[in-house]
Amino acid sequence: MPDAATEPSTPAPAGELPDVSRRDVVARLLKLGAVSLAAALASGASLAPLLHVASAAEPGKKRKRRYGMVIDTRRCVGCDACVAACKAENKTPPGVSYTIVLEQGLGERPDDRPLFLTKPCFQCEHPPCVPVCPVGATFKRSQDGIVVVDYDRCIGCRYCIVACPYQARFSDFGEDYPAVEEHTPWASVPSPEYKQFRVRGKGKSPEGNVRKCTFCLHLQDENGEYDRASGRWPACAKTCTGKAIHFGDLNDPDSEVSQLLKERQAIRLKEELGTEPNVYYLL
Amino acid sequence: MSDKTLKRAFWTLGTVLILVGSWAWIDRWVNADRNTNYGSIVPWGLWVAAYIYFIGLSAGSFLVSSLVYVFNIKRFESIGRLALFTAIVTLVLALLSISADLGHPFRAWHVLVYPNFRSPMAWMIWLYSAYFILLLLEFWFVMRHDLVVGSRKPGWRGRLYRILAFGSTDDRPETAVSDRQVVRVLATFGIPLAIMFNGGVGSLFGVISSRPAWHGGLFPILFLVCALTSGAALLVLVSAIFQDGLRRNRDTVLALGTLVLGLLLFDVLLQISETLVGFYGHEPDRVANLRLIYGGPYWWVFWFWQLGIGTLIPIALLALPQTRRNPAIVAAACGLIAIGFLAVRLNIVIPGLADEQLEGITEAFNSTRISTDYVPSLMEFTFTAGLVGIGLILFGIGEWFLPRPEESTPEEIAHA
Repeated sequence: MPDAATEPSTPAPAGELPDVSRRDVVARLLKLGAVSLAAALASGASLAPLLHVASAAEPGKKRKRRYGMVIDTRRCVGCDACVAACKAENKTPPGVSYTIVLEQGLGERPDDRPLFLTKPCFQCEHPPCVPVCPVGATFKRSQDGIVVVDYDRCIGCRYCIVACPYQARFSDFGEDYPAVEEHTPWASVPSPEYKQFRVRGKGKSPEGNVRKCTFCLHLQDENGEYDRASGRWPACAKTCTGKAIHFGDLNDPDSEVSQLLKERQAIRLKEELGTEPNVYYLL
Repeated sequence: MSDKTLKRAFWTLGTVLILVGSWAWIDRWVNADRNTNYGSIVPWGLWVAAYIYFIGLSAGSFLVSSLVYVFNIKRFESIGRLALFTAIVTLVLALLSISADLGHPFRAWHVLVYPNFRSPMAWMIWLYSAYFILLLLEFWFVMRHDLVVGSRKPGWRGRLYRILAFGSTDDRPETAVSDRQVVRVLATFGIPLAIMFNGGVGSLFGVISSRPAWHGGLFPILFLVCALTSGAALLVLVSAIFQDGLRRNRDTVLALGTLVLGLLLFDVLLQISETLVGFYGHEPDRVANLRLIYGGPYWWVFWFWQLGIGTLIPIALLALPQTRRNPAIVAAACGLIAIGFLAVRLNIVIPGLADEQLEGITEAFNSTRISTDYVPSLMEFTFTAGLVGIGLILFGIGEWFLPRPEESTPEEIAHA
């Protein structure tokens, strides 16, 4: 059920975007052929009332975000810094790694250059992992499209791992790295995931659960915003040495990710399955 | 060997298997699934295969019981209650197997409280819960008359039957006839229920479009045929052993053996179709899955276990004129089929998963949980062996205290 707000290339209607930018309005009006009106607006004379009308249409409605990533494979050097940063941020145990770096993920290439593919969860528009959950413990958040797991509801059947075509889900078998094993001071350091600050313990969730990348949603503020300047940004994107991982709101036409998608050729993996990932790769 | 020796061997085997399995049970509850070998690439292993195996046996033998209780086929009358009992025992084993497989087994009730009906798994669980209740009710109505009669016996047996009769004391033949009508209604509802829940197990696999080995409309049908074949085969073996075995069920065993042969041949036809279409289509992931079955690390599971023990030898025994009229050989052939179907189930679950979803994923980071090589751990094996032990002991207990069926049907008793 693709609605206007989730179509990749269509900017959301102005009614849903109270903070619609001047540039966006201009682009729309130009498209409509209202060149003269646009010229008047561009001078700034009558922009304010127009925006006021747009936001007054649905005053209570919050802006719907669609967080995604655009990953530049030409900038990725395969250093695995994102993998380490993710582990440090989310305190994931052995066998669980929310992002990984594949080599030659797109098959044999005619040249001898390795292709690196850093791969978080794609937070698909139509995630195959969500409908199969027998208890509805995993779902796609309506406000920002991030696919999350309710650790207290999940029964650990691992059907979602089976259903995910991208191997983005991992089962937590309760194993620990030697340095953070029980009875070491590090064992009591909680994971900030989902802002739940759980401390690992035998038999306690998330042990026995399925775990996945959350785009570090615990770093969002109360309005659901990330802020790169103050470091509240997904750990992998923040740390990327080659600046290959770009993160942002795909619903915001001015965001870096949207701009990159406009300017460069991007692909998504396994389009044939109709999952519509929100992570794009620049080739 | 005398009957006594055989009986002693049976009880010993069951007890030893349970003792071995209880080590795995304890390990499972103390260490959760740390000592299992499945992971995040092959998330389902031996226990899921055992689960679909047992649940298939249950649905299959239940559907055979409907020949007696719905379609009133006199020839199979003597094994009707054995079929129901087999369906109950194997369903219990299936539920035990899958409960150990869950990461949080004590949250299984979440499926009843927070069901997501977009999930085939939720449907399956609701349907087999209903099926379990129906199965117990039907079995009780089948047994009620005998339990009432038996409750007059002296000693523990009489007391036990009184408890199991749940206060029912009516032993008039007319009530036995009306019981049979209740059974007929229950069994009639049971047929679509068993078809739906076992088809549901097949859909659970079939709907996953990212797993080409499973994805397709044939899968739920294949599961039903597998269930019928394996369930009927086990039932032949069970009928040859319990409740006076071949002395009483000789003709039934021969008749049911023919049915099993037909079902097995149909199952082989479906499997050949899946294989040929898959290879010919040349879709890389699908072919990779098929190659894993026929030439992967577990090639012998297919060639020796599934094809040899479970298919070719029993087909020969059931078809050749020299052997097909010998009920003992027919029962043994059906036993081989029942054993062979565990290989069928393993070959559905594991090769379907043991392929990288994205090339290079298993080299991307180092963990035993991130590997396409899955061999069940000792703990997994012993756990499943323990389940088999529980099954043997449950059959033994059933043989020991459940009343023998009357020689004639309730209607005949009423007319006499």
